[in-house]
Amino acid sequence: MSILVNRNSKVVVQGITGRAGLFHTRQCRDYGTNIVAGVTPGKGGGVIEGIPVFDTVEEAVRATGADVSMIFVPPAGAADALLEAAAAGVGLAVCITEGIPVRDMVLAKRALQESATIMIGPNCPGIITPGECKVGIMPGDIHLKGRIGVVSRSGTLTYEAVKQLTVMGLGQSTCIGIGGDPIIGLNFIDALRMFNEDPETEGVCLIGEIGGGAEEEAALWIRNNMNKPVTAFIAGRTAPPGKRMGHAGAIVSGGKGRAEDKIRALQECGIPVAASPARMGETMAGAIKKVARR
Amino acid sequence: MNIHEYQAKEILRSFGIPVPQGRVAFREAQVERAARELGGRCVVKAQIYAGGRGKAGGVRLVATPEEAVQTAKNLFGKTLVTPQTGPEGLIVRRILVEEAVEVSREFYLSLTLDRQTSRYCIIASAEGGMEIEAIAEKSPEKIHLLTIDPFVGLRTYQARKLALALGMRGNVCEECVTLIMNLYRCCLEKDCSLVEINPLVVTGSDWLLAMDAKMNLDDNALFRHPEYQEMTDLSQIDPLEITAGEFDLSYIKLKGSIGCMVNGAGLAMATLDMLSEYGGEPANFLDVGGGAGRDRVAAAFRIILDDPAVKGVFVNIFGGIMRCDVIAEGIIQAASDTGCHLPIVVRMDGTLVEEGKRLLHESGLNVRFTHDLTEGVQAIVGMVR
Repeated sequence: MSILVNRNSKVVVQGITGRAGLFHTRQCRDYGTNIVAGVTPGKGGGVIEGIPVFDTVEEAVRATGADVSMIFVPPAGAADALLEAAAAGVGLAVCITEGIPVRDMVLAKRALQESATIMIGPNCPGIITPGECKVGIMPGDIHLKGRIGVVSRSGTLTYEAVKQLTVMGLGQSTCIGIGGDPIIGLNFIDALRMFNEDPETEGVCLIGEIGGGAEEEAALWIRNNMNKPVTAFIAGRTAPPGKRMGHAGAIVSGGKGRAEDKIRALQECGIPVAASPARMGETMAGAIKKVARR
Repeated sequence: MNIHEYQAKEILRSFGIPVPQGRVAFREAQVERAARELGGRCVVKAQIYAGGRGKAGGVRLVATPEEAVQTAKNLFGKTLVTPQTGPEGLIVRRILVEEAVEVSREFYLSLTLDRQTSRYCIIASAEGGMEIEAIAEKSPEKIHLLTIDPFVGLRTYQARKLALALGMRGNVCEECVTLIMNLYRCCLEKDCSLVEINPLVVTGSDWLLAMDAKMNLDDNALFRHPEYQEMTDLSQIDPLEITAGEFDLSYIKLKGSIGCMVNGAGLAMATLDMLSEYGGEPANFLDVGGGAGRDRVAAAFRIILDDPAVKGVFVNIFGGIMRCDVIAEGIIQAASDTGCHLPIVVRMDGTLVEEGKRLLHESGLNVRFTHDLTEGVQAIVGMVR
């Protein structure tokens, strides 16, 4: 069953007729995702790849019962698209878009806090429950169905971890990219809480990076609440301070947000941190073995 | 996006926030004219994209226009090194000539995003003129924090509470309230990621003045501020970073000799970490992004090779949407365009990796290919040493 998305999820794609939207609609559908509708204002009434297109999310939901939205709307309209998904009562909105202005996200996040909609992202690769449902841009074929949860601020670094796990036979229950922006929806603790309560997840791999204090907060939460092993990797140990390293949220400023502080916080809470990105899978394997031996 | 102090002050002024009288100068003659207009006694301030100018001699109080010109002469074209610029420093091409102000009290006031609450917050302190981190360390109780609910906005009573907490009373207090309200309005309308007024001063005549101002603009919002395009001072930005920006590439110049090209910011950071761990020194951070075409990959590779410090290149690509054969074509194109003979190690995995490997092998370039990340890192570090 895993968390948030599964074989029963009905997905509407906002921005379906754009280049990225269309490409990834095809990719997700080929993976087995049930894409039931698309939304592009002005193209309502049309059909693309056999999928009905609507002018609004509300109409799409009413017509198809879509409960998950995948958002490929460009930055200028993406926050609005998130608000629209929430207003239409979509249970989960996955926003892939990178480059949304901070001011827009401050408002969108505030609005979504008043709604029942869970937001993932923005600036994220999406979420996948291997073998059941892919809502995002990750390559499906490196994933394997299994019992390790993955939650990450990154994209390709996550794929690196996933492939290592798959090669070791450690399949994944659900993999979530929470995104690289300073303002995001679902955060580490939200995901960890869900993984903790998911009977199909037996361990969680956490991938963080410089900027903010989310990993430190997660470390404390894990120590106080988690009943299954968590391992971690933190990118950016050698990043120079004051420079935005690609992701809008990846910046060490005023001495805060350094990788070494995150690593220390995690280790002090008993969470093994992989020494290198090539050893993320191996670190999780070690943690699982340790539990099995007890 | 960074802007200069004088530009930040212009923006603040347009939102009704009082700033000292001043004029920007690009030449000595302009410095002289400005100093004369201000009555001779004035402050000459180097304009660079970094703070800490004072101790480096970048800010000087002068008594006459002649002294102002002499000071400017020594500053124009000089590379100023401050604790915030790094050892390479920043070149001075613009100077702000400002009225000298009698300072009675100094405060710290800034507005920025609080990541923990995902809301804008105001940070204020009666300890002005110091770095906020130093205040936080020395006297954390002297820092006042106010987070703003975006639904409600900043209310006057909240601004007043802050002004009173700073010890302001009477007319100055009400002026401060207005200033804080205007600051929030400015921040929103101009999509600032940070505005820092340090110090905010109460002058000898009991006026409020933003004596120094630093403003960073949200890069993600630039598309809706055409006015910002002309504001960039290219002399403050590394030329390679400028070129990268034109190709929409995320590139940061570092100090080492191993050029890097990676897809994905997290993977790129992790790759740099790994190179360092194995004894190498990365020359740059570069995220070529997902879905880049051959030309973009080639442009990225050329930018890396344009750095004279680069003695070898490491490419780490996990191809999902990114196709490994496209990466290979881009590398081959750039390497042949530039006549590159440097050692190149390519580690690729994912979509069409075998095709990419074949193309590189047949190119005749000095390229070593591997599937394994650790092996790739060790190889390039060894080759460059």
